[in-house]
Amino acid sequence: MSEYRIQGNTGEWEVVIGLEVHAQITSESKLFSGSSTGFGAEPNSHVSLVDAAMPGMLPVPNRECLRQAVRTGMAINAQINRWSRFDRKNYFYADLPQGYQISQLYHPIVGEGEIEVTLNEKDPDSPTKKIGIERIHVEQDAGKLMHDQHPTMSFVDLNRSGVALMEIVSRPDISSPQEAGAYLKKLRSILRYVGSCDGNMEQGSMRADVNVSVRKPGGELGTRTETKNVNSIRFMMQAIEYEAQRQVDLIESGGAVVQETRLFDPNKMETRSMRSKEDAHDYRYFPDPDLLPVELDDAFLEECRASLPELPDAKRARYEALGLTAYNAAVLTAEAETAFWFEDLLAEGVDAKQASNWLMSELFGALNKLGKTLDESPVNPKQAAELLGLVADGTISGSIAKQVFEMMLETGQGASAIVEEKGLKQTNDTGAIEAEIAKIMAANEDKVTEYRSGKDKLFGFFVGQTMKAMQGKANPQIINDLLKKALG
Amino acid sequence: MTDFSRLGVAAIRDGVANGEFKAVEVAEALNTRVAGAKALNAFIVETPEMAVAAAQAVDADRAAGKPLGKMAGVPIGMKDLFCTEGVQTTAASHMLEGFVPTYESTVSANLWKAGAGMLGKLNLDQFAMGSSNETSYFGNVISPWRRNDGGNAALAPGGSSGGSSSAIAARLCPAATGTDTGGSIRQPAAFVGISGIKPTYGRCSRWGVVAFASSLDQAGPMARDVRDCAIMLEAMAGFDPKDSTSLDLPVPAWEAALNSDLKGKRIGIPREYRLDGIDEDIAKMWDNGIAWLKDAGAEIVDISLPHTKYALPAYYIIAPAEASSNLARYDGVRFGLRDLPEGAGLQDMYAATRAAGFGEEVRRRIMIGTYVLSAGFYDAYYTQAQKVRALIARDFENAWASCDLILAPTAPSAAFGLGEKNADPLSMYLNDVFAVPASLAGLPAMSVPGGLDKQGLPLGLQIIGKALDEQAVLNAGLAIEQRSGFTAEAGEWW
Repeated sequence: MSEYRIQGNTGEWEVVIGLEVHAQITSESKLFSGSSTGFGAEPNSHVSLVDAAMPGMLPVPNRECLRQAVRTGMAINAQINRWSRFDRKNYFYADLPQGYQISQLYHPIVGEGEIEVTLNEKDPDSPTKKIGIERIHVEQDAGKLMHDQHPTMSFVDLNRSGVALMEIVSRPDISSPQEAGAYLKKLRSILRYVGSCDGNMEQGSMRADVNVSVRKPGGELGTRTETKNVNSIRFMMQAIEYEAQRQVDLIESGGAVVQETRLFDPNKMETRSMRSKEDAHDYRYFPDPDLLPVELDDAFLEECRASLPELPDAKRARYEALGLTAYNAAVLTAEAETAFWFEDLLAEGVDAKQASNWLMSELFGALNKLGKTLDESPVNPKQAAELLGLVADGTISGSIAKQVFEMMLETGQGASAIVEEKGLKQTNDTGAIEAEIAKIMAANEDKVTEYRSGKDKLFGFFVGQTMKAMQGKANPQIINDLLKKALG
Repeated sequence: MTDFSRLGVAAIRDGVANGEFKAVEVAEALNTRVAGAKALNAFIVETPEMAVAAAQAVDADRAAGKPLGKMAGVPIGMKDLFCTEGVQTTAASHMLEGFVPTYESTVSANLWKAGAGMLGKLNLDQFAMGSSNETSYFGNVISPWRRNDGGNAALAPGGSSGGSSSAIAARLCPAATGTDTGGSIRQPAAFVGISGIKPTYGRCSRWGVVAFASSLDQAGPMARDVRDCAIMLEAMAGFDPKDSTSLDLPVPAWEAALNSDLKGKRIGIPREYRLDGIDEDIAKMWDNGIAWLKDAGAEIVDISLPHTKYALPAYYIIAPAEASSNLARYDGVRFGLRDLPEGAGLQDMYAATRAAGFGEEVRRRIMIGTYVLSAGFYDAYYTQAQKVRALIARDFENAWASCDLILAPTAPSAAFGLGEKNADPLSMYLNDVFAVPASLAGLPAMSVPGGLDKQGLPLGLQIIGKALDEQAVLNAGLAIEQRSGFTAEAGEWW
């Protein structure tokens, strides 16, 4: 897709990137216990006996988490494995009560799939590329250590312990930071559409481990490093850029890349070694004997498929068929919330083009100014539809609509109420308009002459003057008609 | 006056139900027996007040005309591997010394619901790892049995459920819970001349039982006769949604269906169990067992379980592998022992805590398990062992084509003296040689007394049945019990 190359002293270098994305599965309770998954609770308030790994406690799989993983797999056209199994990944750490993480190494629930990405979603002509997905498996999250609570001790918060994650592993098909960014954005968009993960990277519900290696174009794969737990798209792109350059510099100065785990420091914009392969854990994976294999039957798979929403690519095609431009269709479908907002407007009877234009210019502009997201919009689709309805039926003009919208944002009042109260209703009173036109023509005789001698552009001037004289409340179509007649 | 220590589960239950005596009388009598038998070291914790409270509740229910449970008025011992709410639960390890669960295991809760009461928590091999009870942090249990050589050598009660076996044989309680991972119910039952059944894997919930090897661990009852085992197993078993490996099946009425007429039943005698150099007394007992079953109407057939010799090595890979992971949670962070040397970091705390908390045998098995799961060794050990396990299960499947039950010795010898096998872990592991195949295959298996050896010590006969066919196993056990005339008891020397 993009020819991303690093210029080294010995020539060009190609970058090979694979991503392992950890996405927290949207569910009420944890993967193997009934505890709540709620974010931001008091430390250790969402911890069951199972989460704390008390003696004799056993995991019981939460079907909803498996369902969400299967639906996600279906959304990326992946192979769904009817038979999968949980394995234990053994290591000691204070945030891991069992002394092992229940994960899926040997038989993941979702096999190969793919995601099509485009470097510039909003440009319909931007080239696309398919990024292979190797697998999606389901696993437990660990707890959290708190080092700032006591001068010599660390505290442990187990609220996250046992929360369900999907690990979505890409093939090393990504070849630039931009592609990596596009992939992560598209993946997040799909997860949000499916409703299997909120994609909230700030709260840690989505994070990426970034595998990077470099090679001479078309050459043998180089040794890779893995940069762990990158929690924003921007950081990930910076980490790749830094890490690829570091590897090139290292190799060209006679060194060798060592396989290791690294951390990205967003303050210094660099990656740092965390542990090398020699220190790597031997996780001693083996099938979890507390759990039976996961077997999915036809009815379960059918329900998963039937419950899938329309996905972004299909939506975009449908919007274009509604008469939207490719650009608008792409923007509206990039995020599930935008598409749902747009569709809410359509459901309220708003015309597709009117809805898309208003949403993309007026609403986005207003939210931008307010520094709010679509979710936080002070105006909901129903209220917006009321406003757009007033424009559509000629009650108010487009320019009055802008004013009304601003008042709606300020006061929270409904569009009709504002129009009523402020007397903003558009007038169709041709007599009144004709009277104003006559006055304007009298005051601008020179311009009338110029217009009549062929300077068509001046027509806009007369429209503007008339509208101004009518305080914006005249029907623009009627102004047009009357002006044409008067100016001859 | 009734000697309550001589009554079994059925007799106590029926006597209480019929109003012959009060449950409280039984509880008090057995509390006294327990208190007087400290020399056996069978109990880690005694809970006389709980035995009395449960008995009082049963007496009150009876007085009020309420229906009584399957175990109403029966005081029992609880192996200290079952978590009991408000009562210290240690798995006989220093690691859990002082640990008081806030929850009750499903199996023990089922028993309390059925009207049983708890005399105390029974000693065992540490984390159920051992065949002699010598690995307990709280000192070894001593068998009430003595050899007939006039010596006073202290004998092993078997393991890991050695507190259970010793207490029942010494008539401190009519019955007790056991758990069986590779013979831990059957071998101790055989060593002290009582009965015990490991049901089909999944019959009894593992929830709240301190885990040793999850794919093998199975709880079961130990008692002085087959009927008592049937009654207690009915009370213990049942589907538990909190255990994913629990079987979602109704609990059969085993006691009501007991029938020692074995007409039409074919009993398989596995030739591979007739090891070279088999103990003469064991061979003789086995022959007696065959004759008794024939007498009960069964047909005897020779069968082959060709992979038997690989069972023990496979078991000693799979069980330690699972244990090495199951025991990782004992890390000093959240409960149990914490050894935090001055200035120590997290890794130091792990090392110090686990070195101090686990006994030698537990450490050995954690090391074995860690080794066999390590990168580079996994396929050679764990994967191979799993294949062997599948072959063992297939051996049994093939055998069921020609027989309904299998008869074999429970253990290769009678009880040995404490300390006799400590030096060589392998000779200790060999004790499980006949018990382990049924564990690997998840099949129901029972030990019933088969006679005494030349030293006057009990020997056990093992009956292995098809999955879910506990009834046939119990019936054959009953047929043997009715013919063996086993009435020997340990002298009361303590």
